[in-house]
Amino acid sequence: MFNVSLKLEKRPSDSQTMSFLSPLLAILLTLICGGILFALLGHDPLEALYTFFISPLSDAYGWAELGIKVAPLLLCATGLMMCFKAKIWNIGAEGQFIMGGLGGSWAALQFMDASSSWVLVPIMLTGMASGLAWAAITAYLKTHFKANEILTTIMLNYIAVNALLWAVHGPLKDPQGFNFPESALFVDTTLLPLINEDYRLNISIFFGLFAVVAVWTLMSRTWVGYQIQVLGEDAKAARYAGFKENQLTWFALLTCGALAGLAGVSEVTGPIGQLIPSISPGYGYAAIIVVFLGRMNPIGLVFASMLLALTYMGGEMVQMEMALPKSLTGLFQGMLLFFLLACDLLISYRVVLVKKMLDKKVSPSATVDAA
Amino acid sequence: MDIDLITNILYATVRTGTPLILVALGEMVCEKSGVLNLGQEGMLLMGAVVGFMAAVTTGSLFVAVLLAIVAGILMSLLFGFLSITLVSNQVATGLALTIFGAGLSAFLGSSYVGVGITGIEPMSIPLLSEIPIIGKIFFQQDPLVYLSFILFGLVFWIFKSSQIGLKIRAVGENPEAANAMGINVHKVRYLAVIFGGAMTGLAGGYLSLAYTPLWAEGMSAGRGWIALALVVFASWKAERIMLGAYLFGAFSIMHLVMQGLGFEVAPNLLAMLPYIATIVVLVLLSSDHMKTKLSAPMSLGVPYRPQV
Repeated sequence: MFNVSLKLEKRPSDSQTMSFLSPLLAILLTLICGGILFALLGHDPLEALYTFFISPLSDAYGWAELGIKVAPLLLCATGLMMCFKAKIWNIGAEGQFIMGGLGGSWAALQFMDASSSWVLVPIMLTGMASGLAWAAITAYLKTHFKANEILTTIMLNYIAVNALLWAVHGPLKDPQGFNFPESALFVDTTLLPLINEDYRLNISIFFGLFAVVAVWTLMSRTWVGYQIQVLGEDAKAARYAGFKENQLTWFALLTCGALAGLAGVSEVTGPIGQLIPSISPGYGYAAIIVVFLGRMNPIGLVFASMLLALTYMGGEMVQMEMALPKSLTGLFQGMLLFFLLACDLLISYRVVLVKKMLDKKVSPSATVDAA
Repeated sequence: MDIDLITNILYATVRTGTPLILVALGEMVCEKSGVLNLGQEGMLLMGAVVGFMAAVTTGSLFVAVLLAIVAGILMSLLFGFLSITLVSNQVATGLALTIFGAGLSAFLGSSYVGVGITGIEPMSIPLLSEIPIIGKIFFQQDPLVYLSFILFGLVFWIFKSSQIGLKIRAVGENPEAANAMGINVHKVRYLAVIFGGAMTGLAGGYLSLAYTPLWAEGMSAGRGWIALALVVFASWKAERIMLGAYLFGAFSIMHLVMQGLGFEVAPNLLAMLPYIATIVVLVLLSSDHMKTKLSAPMSLGVPYRPQV
């Protein structure tokens, strides 16, 4: 009598191949589950998946819209990558993004009679500084009080949402806006230049691409980057080597804050063009998935940002074409992260078939031989 | 401020504190067994949406509460499978559970936004409710609030004087030793995680069936995360969770207090208070960092793989 069962066995060393394959496997599983879900909702799964993942990109306009969403995701994810490399669990890109948008909007409203686009420089810098300042709170709390950064960043996200609501209902509300909770529309000189007049895509995509290259160079080619990597992989070794843990924590968090802040200000001075009660469809949270899915690798981050950006467009598409809720976006994102975590197990473990002889006593060593 | 107003504020404090108590007690049991489940917010939303959907479709609030609990349990099983069986990183898995729960609940509830139901009504307890002030604050509440008192008693008893409590603690402090003593580490951890899921599902049901009988996307508003801070704040003690939850409840209804005192403050600024309070608490805890470290279960967040 044989009894076959699956067993996890630790690999002698982590598998590079699986590290690369795991995201692809996770995407495949998400698509399969998504298809089943669509079938349960009474739609042809292939057609629905096509509507969700392919049809948004059927023309140049769609690709330009994808770029608009890739930019903030890439900026946030690049900053988060640096923090995660140092094992700083910064969940606060969302709040830093919102504060960047809020600070940047305040600055943009100061330049309502600007005749030159040079005013974009102080506006962008204000946005970056706002995101940076928001991240500085977390850095201060972590380095001075050892406050858990997961909890502080999440609390700061909720505080930022309320700060935004307060601003659009109060100080930044358009006096001529019939009491709507919105700021005045920004003037053209305070809007980011478009790459092509036919589309909404603006130069923020270059910010994202530049950031990912810059941060990657910093992480792989400089002394600071090396220290951050060591800190993340072995904090004790980093301390023993005399690396200044607090300074590195500040550096990683502030960089992330500035990048997420830049993403926020680019959003309000880009596709939105004013400050409104909701400026982020959760880019800061989706960027966490981007980092994991992109394997903390620059090219990986770009592709992962594109996929996550696509989930937003897919959600809108199935709402328009098939009258399905837009919130499918969040569901697909959640599934993707779950499957990824499960598949990542295969990086350090392998699944083996274990055959047990039930009618004979088998010593543990014999089982290993059989496997 | 007259006595009626104070009584009303304290009455509302108990109401707002109740979901925090439920989530935090569940998470405490879970953490005592060594498992850190950061997915509370996701489980809370799932409990809320499933409870509300059940109330609308079946019309029975009792069934609705039960299904909210089941939803919490199913979510916790998902977490347990990944973090206990597949030994995944507990922090990442918890975050994933939150993101997944937020997405799934928004999806499930999308056609229930704006639907109204008659929520769970308050039910006075005879005699006790007639005690001046105390009676109004604690004994003219709805049944789920009373249930939170009972569950508090249960968790308190478990860790005060029961075998189960000892087993959970053994597993959370030193799983290898517990295993050597013949305790099935994975089984205890699974049960603790499931208990946490049930409690959080119940809390979600409380939100959408009793506290504000409606469904709105993201309606838990960070309560799952605040409860996580609360467990640390309470240094893993049930009685301190109870006190802390009411303290946080009081922060969440500051607008009532402010109105009572005649102040005019923008509601969005007051809405920040519970989150600011959480940060302040985290800072205060750090002044006693050693104590927090000592009261935390030794193997919190460390996956356990039995040696073959």
